[in-house]
This record gives sequence, C-alpha cells and structure tokens, in this order.
Amino acid sequence: MEKTVAKKTKEATTKTTTAFGKDTYMYWYELMLLMRKFEEKTGQLYVQQKIRGFCHLYIGQEALVAGAETATRKDDRVITAYRDHAHPIGRGLGINSIMAELYAKSTGCSKGKGGSMHMFSKEFNFFGGHGIVGGQIPLGAGIAFADKYNGNDRVTLCYMGDGAVRQGALHEAFNMAMLWKLPVIFIIENNNYAMGTSVERTSNVHDLYKIGLGYEMPSYQVDGMNCETVHEAVSVAVARARKGDGPSLLEMKTYRYKGHSMSDAATYRTKAEVEEFKHKDPIESVLATIKKNKYATDKELEAIEEKIKAQVEESVKFAEESPYPDPSELYKDVYVQEDYPYIKD
Amino acid sequence: MKTVQFREALREALNEEMRRDESIFLMGEEVAEYNGAYKVSQGMLAEFGPKRVIDTPIAELGFAGIAVGAAMNGLRPVVEFMTFNFSLVAIDQVINSAAKMMSMSGGQFTVPIVFRGPTGSAGMLSSQHSQAFENWYANCPGLKVVVPSNPCDAKGLLKSAIRDNDPVIFMESEQMYGEKGEIPEGEYLIPIGVADIKRAGTDVTIVSFGKIIKTAFAAAEELQKEGISCEIIDLRTVRPIDYKCIIESVKKTNRLVVVEEAWPLASISSEIAFNVQKNAFDYLDAPVTRVTCADVPLPYAPTLIEASLPNAARVINAVKEVMYVSK
Repeated sequence: MEKTVAKKTKEATTKTTTAFGKDTYMYWYELMLLMRKFEEKTGQLYVQQKIRGFCHLYIGQEALVAGAETATRKDDRVITAYRDHAHPIGRGLGINSIMAELYAKSTGCSKGKGGSMHMFSKEFNFFGGHGIVGGQIPLGAGIAFADKYNGNDRVTLCYMGDGAVRQGALHEAFNMAMLWKLPVIFIIENNNYAMGTSVERTSNVHDLYKIGLGYEMPSYQVDGMNCETVHEAVSVAVARARKGDGPSLLEMKTYRYKGHSMSDAATYRTKAEVEEFKHKDPIESVLATIKKNKYATDKELEAIEEKIKAQVEESVKFAEESPYPDPSELYKDVYVQEDYPYIKD
Repeated sequence: MKTVQFREALREALNEEMRRDESIFLMGEEVAEYNGAYKVSQGMLAEFGPKRVIDTPIAELGFAGIAVGAAMNGLRPVVEFMTFNFSLVAIDQVINSAAKMMSMSGGQFTVPIVFRGPTGSAGMLSSQHSQAFENWYANCPGLKVVVPSNPCDAKGLLKSAIRDNDPVIFMESEQMYGEKGEIPEGEYLIPIGVADIKRAGTDVTIVSFGKIIKTAFAAAEELQKEGISCEIIDLRTVRPIDYKCIIESVKKTNRLVVVEEAWPLASISSEIAFNVQKNAFDYLDAPVTRVTCADVPLPYAPTLIEASLPNAARVINAVKEVMYVSK
C-alpha cells in the first residue's frame, strides 16, 4: 500500500521512460480510427433515423479505451455506462454486431434487446453498457469480487462519467472495494460535463480524483487525451490490483467533441473550448508520432484508412440486411427457466 | 420428521447448499460475527469462514450491486437484507440490474442471486419498519418472489431459490423466526411457483401467503364451528403465481377471499381477483373479497395497528360476506 495516497501524484502523468514501439502506435491508431469512423457513421445514421433510442458518442475520448487496452489482458474485465460503443470495439468485438445492435437487429451483440446503451459481450469479457448513472460502479466492484473470490489474477476496469462521481453508489462501492482490496480500477472519463452541467456547477471538489483519497484509494489525475499517459497510469493500477493490493482511481481528463447525446446541441459550452481540445486530438497526436518516426508510409496509412472505411461500410450493410428479432423472441432471455409461466392474458 | 424453528430451517438450507457449492456465499449486515440480526446465520462464520460469510457496511445499494456483479461473473450470492424495508435503498440494483441483466444482454449474462430477509410488520415498529413489498417485487419481470409461511416450506423453498439460476426475492418475517414446525429429517426441495393447499374445504377458498396466512387458519377454525368449510391455499410464491391451483379451488367452492399484508392498491389480491374474474367468472357465486392492510402507513400505537392489519375477525367477516350469511 503506497504511503503517498494523500497527495496528488504526478508520476502517472509525467513519466516518459516507457518506450512504445511501432506496433503499439499502429495498434492505437487503427483502433481509435475505427472507433472514430464507426461513430461518425453512427451519428449520420442516427440523423437518418436508422438508429433510434438514446445514442451517446465517444468521439474525442478514444485514447482512454485505446491506452487502457494495451495496459490490460483480454481476459481482464471491462464494464461501463451507456456511452459504450468504443469499449467493446477495444475489447475486440467486431463492429458488425455493434452496428447491428444499434439497428435493433437480431444479429446485434445483445440480440437487438439492448440498443446503444446496452452493448454486451461475454466472449470478450465486456460486462456491458449500463443505463443508470453510477449503477455500474458497484457492479464493477462485484465482478472484481468474484475474481478475487475465485483466486485468479484478473482485474476489472470500471469506467464512469464525471456525473457518476456524485452518485451514492460510487461512495459505497469505493468503501467496500478498499475494505476488501478488490482488483478493480475505477476510471473516470472526465469530459467536464454531466449532460449539460459542468463539474464546477455540481461538485464542490473539481479535481475528481480527490474523491478517492477520502477512502485512501490510490488516486491520480491523468491526461486522458494521450494514449501514452493513459497506458502508463492504467499499467501501474493494473499491477497493483493483480498483486492483490486493491483498487485505484484514475481521473482521465478528456473531452467529448459531440453533445451528451444525439439530441444535445451543446449550447452550454463555447466553440473555442471544443476547438481547444480538438487540437489535442488523440488520433492526430498518435498519427504525428507515426509519421515522425516513419512507422508507416503515407501509402500504408491511406490503406489503413481505406480498410477501416470499408469495414464500417460493411457493418452498415450487415446491419441493414440483418433481420429484426422475431416476435417469438419477446419471451426469451428474461428467465433462465425455460418454461417460466408468463402472464399473457 | 423433526421440529425446528423457522430460523433454523433457513439456516439448514443455507448450510446444506453452501456445503455442496463453493460458489455460494452469504453477505449482509451483521451476518457473520454477530451471527445474524435474527440469528439465521448463527454459526455459519465458524463453519465457512470470512471468505463466504461476509459482514458488510450499512450500504445496501453498494453491497447489492457488488453481489449482482459477482453473480454476473459466476458466483451465487445470497444477500441478506436486515429487513426488506432497507431494500428500498438498494432497489435500483435489484430492479435495474439483477432483473434486467439477462434480457438487455440478450441472454449472455445471468444473475443467480437470492435477496432474502424479513418483510411486513413485526410489532410496534411504526411506519418505516412495517411495510410489505411482496407485490412491488412481484410486479417486475426477471424476478421470482417467494414468501414462505412455515419452517418446512422455508427450508425447501430456500434451497430451490439458491439453486435457481434467476434472481429470487425471498421474504421472511421477524415474527416467524422463532416459530417451530416439523420438517423432514433428510434433504428435500420444494419447487418455486407451486401453491400448497394447507387446508382442504368445500364452501369458500381463502388464498394467502407468508405469516399473515395464520389469520386465515384461525378464521377457518372458528368458521368450521359454524359449519362453514374453508379451503386455504398458501401461494408460497407470488411470482410466478400458481393460478391453476386457485382456479381449480374456486371452481369447487365458487367463493374467494384473498388475505395479504400489503396495501390494497395493485396488490397480489387485485391481481388474483382479476385473474379469477377472467378465468372463472361463471363459477363465482359472489364477488371476490379481500382483507389487506389499511391504506395508510402503519402507525406505532397498538390500537391503530389493530385497526389496520388483517386479523381473524376480518377474515371471518370477509368469508361471511362472500357466503351471504349474516356477520
């Protein structure tokens, strides 16, 4: 247990000793570009009413998932709230089933029963997309509880927005996660706005990582627009959790370029503020590193972009051509008991 | 057969199931070192250790959510609420997480969990500690709701609840924990969703469940003296409800009284009355009648409690009403 938890630790944000090689940068670039292109398409399709329901885009925040994926194993667990398109992509779930889910099709990753807010993939250890702000925080601690109970060394990444930090569920889960030293890493995606309300207007504590210090949880503020800093912070936290030393809190400072949901015109913030963050775009900065180090030629980069565009187009085609769930699906997946006597009259 | 207290029957169920399956654990306030607020878990910490019998902070929302997460990841938690009155601060995790997980994940994540503890009134505890939420939980698809009325049913049903792969709400009573009853010596299970005819009769059907069914037993004894024969159905489970058992009985007696401890609006009795008028309308010789708690928060004073809760006298009146005999 570190003794320094009571003060802000800069270590995670300033450390530059870890060298990332070509493979890592190319992985980050491709992954983030796929998330970005997928969601840009999602936004267009939403406007065309091909995708319905609530729809929350991750655009601008991609470095969080990309950096965390390179710092974890595929058998680790991930859970998040309803801004949940990027996390399953990061886990490795193919975008066909994510797009099909957005289209409410039976081939979707939740069989068309979840939609944008409820992506799930047991195969890729993605424990879902949850719609009640903060509800996923005790669930994440519980997933970690089970792994500790079973004596394996898997860790759980539990993502949340900055709005969730003011929910009571967080505080109860933080206390028990520390008390029982659960292998969970709480990641705040602090894009500074809970829907339309800024952190400053709803929280007496503006540096949200400080919330963890009250529970003596190792807590750090991290540049979330940068894959390198995210990777390093998550790596440190993962190592701590795997050793059995318990949870960490990582406040990732990030930004969403789009509104809270598709219906949000984001009038509560200035254009200049959005532009300022776009200058720190995680995909652009990874691309700059790739070009500077000549990890890929322009032609190769062009080929990657074309490949991803084609993948996204293919996912749309797959979703378009997939059938809606048959009405007979209505009474399936509610109970494990196959002959549950539903009231039907 | 052997005679045990209600709490001992529950404990036997927990112990037997935890011995046969390592993935089951018990979690709640005071369940371990204190041996349970109502001593249901007495001795369990000593047998199973702190890994599997876990004291929690007073944080129902947090530990209910942790237990649901653990169930999503392969464990089989039994969560004790000190009373279901306190489950209201955890209800988000029960309704929005446990009950919805399988459906919204397209069947990928299931939640084999039991939330158990006492429900209903338990003496002069005033409004916040005297509520019966069986119908609240029964309303929600994804859950099963079990409300046993005696030690034998309690043990067999709790074992079934723990083995069930769906989330189960298991509701007991502070006032029943010390009550004794006979249970079989060996292992046995009672299926969820099957009602039990606790008393056979010919003139009127009384449907009830949980501890309040005792008012029906007392009423039936008195009515027998007047030559009225009551058939008493113990639902044992209020989600799903064994409608078939009720309908068959009503077809025989042609009269129905429902007795429950919850408030009247949208209660289990409302639901049963709907079902019976729909499926046995031509068999009814009188409108369905019910006895419920008064439509007010339960106060502290004994006179007001007496005026509110179902009792034998009210059940007798209800039976006489459907029999069209003078009270």
